[in-house]
Parts: sequence; C-alpha cells; structure tokens
Amino acid sequence: MSLKAKVGIVGYGVYIPPYRIKIEDIAKAWGKDGNDISKSLNVYEKAVADFDEDACTIAVEAAKNAVNDFNIDAQKIGALYVGSESHPYAVKPTASIVGDAINAGPDLMCADLQFACKAGTAGMQICYGLVKADLIEYGMAIGADTAQSRPNDALEFTAASGGAAFIIGKNEEEVIAEILDTYSYTTDTPDFWRRPKADYPSHAGRFTGEPAYFKHVISAAKKIMEKNNLHSKDFDYVVFHQPNGKFPLRAADILDFEKKKVEPGLLTPFIGNTYSGASIVGLAAVLDISKPENMILLVSYGSGAGSDAFILKVTDNIKNRYSKNKVKDMINSKVYIDYINYIKHRKKIKG
Amino acid sequence: MSNYALPLIWRKFPERYNLLGNKCTNCGRSYFPSRKICPNCRRKGHLIEEVMPKEGKIISFTKVFSAPEGFEEEVPYFLAIIELINGVRLLAQIVDNEDHKVLIGAKVKMVFRKISEKDEESPIAYGYKFKIVE
Ligand SMILES: [Zn+2]
Repeated sequence: MSLKAKVGIVGYGVYIPPYRIKIEDIAKAWGKDGNDISKSLNVYEKAVADFDEDACTIAVEAAKNAVNDFNIDAQKIGALYVGSESHPYAVKPTASIVGDAINAGPDLMCADLQFACKAGTAGMQICYGLVKADLIEYGMAIGADTAQSRPNDALEFTAASGGAAFIIGKNEEEVIAEILDTYSYTTDTPDFWRRPKADYPSHAGRFTGEPAYFKHVISAAKKIMEKNNLHSKDFDYVVFHQPNGKFPLRAADILDFEKKKVEPGLLTPFIGNTYSGASIVGLAAVLDISKPENMILLVSYGSGAGSDAFILKVTDNIKNRYSKNKVKDMINSKVYIDYINYIKHRKKIKG
Repeated sequence: MSNYALPLIWRKFPERYNLLGNKCTNCGRSYFPSRKICPNCRRKGHLIEEVMPKEGKIISFTKVFSAPEGFEEEVPYFLAIIELINGVRLLAQIVDNEDHKVLIGAKVKMVFRKISEKDEESPIAYGYKFKIVE
C-alpha cells in the first residue's frame, strides 16, 4: 500500500444516554432564572448518564454501533484510543476494557488519552498516522465523557454525557470521508483543569473564552485552510467544539461561515456539552446527512490548551455505507428527569 | 491492597462483556452461561464456544424494591427473565426504561453497563444489562 492511499473514516458510532434534564429545572433548583441562562448559553437541555454508566460504558456503546453499523471486523482493528476527562480509573486504561467488550483484542495497540475535550480528536490523529504508515488496517478513536460539575457551578448547566467512536481505515470501498489534512494548534493555557484528587474540575471563568477557546479554534481553522489553500466558501459544513451553544456560532461568524453550515453539527443546545464527545458527535451528525463530495471542517478544542483541525471530503461510499443509529434519533429519543432524580442518577454510583 | 475475588471476576469477562456461552454440536442446543457437559446429550455431546445473540424479549419481570447487598442504592429496578432470539434464557437487569414500557413480550437488546463497584478503591465490574427497544 502506498502512502498515497486515501485514508479516512470508514465507520462511526455515537452514544447519547436517553435521560435529559431541562436547564430550566437546574436553574429553578438554585433560584436562578432558567430562561435567561438558556438564552445566554443557547443550551436548553442536556443528556444525563444513568448511575451505572461511565465514560467506559459510553465508549463501548459508541464503539459497538461503529463496528456493527459499518460492518467492520473488530479483529482487524489494530489500535484503539479512548479520550476522556472522566476515565473511570486513574490508573488502569478504559481502552483495554473497550477492546475486550467489542472483541478487538488481543492484537491491539491501546491507550487512554487525555487532553480535556480534544482527546478524542487526538486519538483520530494517531490512528490516521498509523493507518497512513500502513502499520494497522483499522484504528479506532473514541471520545466519551460523563462530565462532572460542582452543584450550582456555571458548568452544571452544560456538563453532559455522551460519546462517539470513529474507525479510520484506507480500504477504497470503505472510506466514507477522506481525511485530506489535519493540523493542531497548541499552547500552555491554564483555562480549565482538575487535579488528581479533586472530584470536580475548576475553570478560570471568563478567561475560558477569548484567550482559550477562540484563540485556539480560530487559529487552527485559519491555518489548516491557509495550508490547503481553502476558504470558508469551499466547505459545506463546519463543526467546532461546543462548550455551549453560543461559542461555535461566534467562531463561525469570525471565520465567515454561514450559520446553515455550522448548525447541523451544533448539538449542545439539545444535549449539552459532552466534552471529549462534543465535536465528534457533531461530526457524526453531519456525516449522517452528508452527500458525496461534501467538504467538512472539524475543529476540536481542549483546555490547557489546543485545537485539532481536520479537513474531510465525503466519498461516494456514503451512499451505501451509513449509520443505522442516527444522531438525530438519539437526540429525539429521550426521557425527562427532574433535578432530584438528576442528582440521584449522577451520584448513586460515583462515576 | 489485594483483592481475592478478582481472578474469579476476570475469568468471567468474556461471558459478562459478550455473552459468551457454548453450544452442543451434537444436538444444536445453546447454553448461557456455559455448561461443562450438554445436559441433553451427556457423554455424546460436544460443546464449543458460542457468542449469544444480543437481542431478545422479556418473558417475565419483577420490580425490585429491596435489593441484595451492594445494590441497595439502585432500587427500585427491574429484573427480568429474557429469552434471546436463539431461545436461551437469562436473568438480567432492565435499564433506561419508562416503567410502563416494561412488559412481557417487550423487545430488548443488550447494553454494556457497570454492574457493581464495592467502594472507591475496588475494581469496577462491567457487564450486560438489557434495555427495551421500540
Ligand atoms: Zn447436546
């Protein structure tokens, strides 16, 4: 196989837990105005994991959908990376559990990754490199989180649960979206962190906007487009990391992308911020509706801080290789819970 | 800290993660969990590993309000006898349900969940539960 082979996405799967809480109900519990908060964040409800779910179970469900829906022989997956900021163990990988649960082992390169919300796309880059170098046939990269938030912290309105798994390969009949290029922009910016023994992450408030999210997302997007001599008009869709429903719309505006190109991959208003899952669940939603030749720009963001950008071109294969578990259906299949039940769901077994 | 139950749990991973059971090539019956000998054929039987299908239906169920040790904080929850599409029956917890959807005959599929976690220092046991599919 030559280094010129088309490397790209050959399959993907998403998992969004069915439980939802309305932002209004969280606000009410703390005597705040839910309407105001929802409008200012552009987030209306968020997905809540059950007490027996964690980043690992979410990763497994997403991985199973990817393997089953796209008819991939799991035994041919040569590398598996799980990115999360809520790995259930501090020491002991999530990825090896996922590997056995989908029967991908034991011939498997495997590791857990962490880079706040961009650990999933970091895994995609590693798999892309390994496939391109012809070291493996398929690589699987997963971003999954059950995001934790301090009760009555601003994060409580958005921190949600969910994840996506992407299988990278190079079989010409299987690639549904070719990865034309990837680029990362990284600086040491302490906007959001969690020390080893802390239950909840801390953040630098407003500092998380301009010098953190926007600087990295905009820089990564601009540089990868420049590098490939492409402009916003050349893309059909753009997907950004989405800590709330507002930031991606502003990033799109700054980069001169029309609203209709960013909205299909903007899910935070309906499911909240799924952290490591956020940008790639958005990408899956876009792939769900993509047509051959569509151009997609994906830009993740991870606090601490960095952005991974990808240029993807959808192939003809998408006509007969598609997901049977659409993101839209998962968003619409929901059960509402109130704040008391929400606390119970998240705390019964500490994730 | 050592944990004496670990090797026992670890050996059950293929069963708990993937519903790995076995099948008798002599009479064609499937078993979950695995049997050491085929109760139907006895010495004539020959058992090979078989992964069970992940779909089935509820044969009977009960809502548990008073749980055994380790599951107290999960009540109330549904426990059901499920018949997989190959006819094999097993007992499993039903999750993600709205109560009125848990019915005899309801279609279910396997999901991967946390089964138990003794305390913050113990390993987490993962395995199968089932959810209703519509
Ligand atoms: Zn037999």
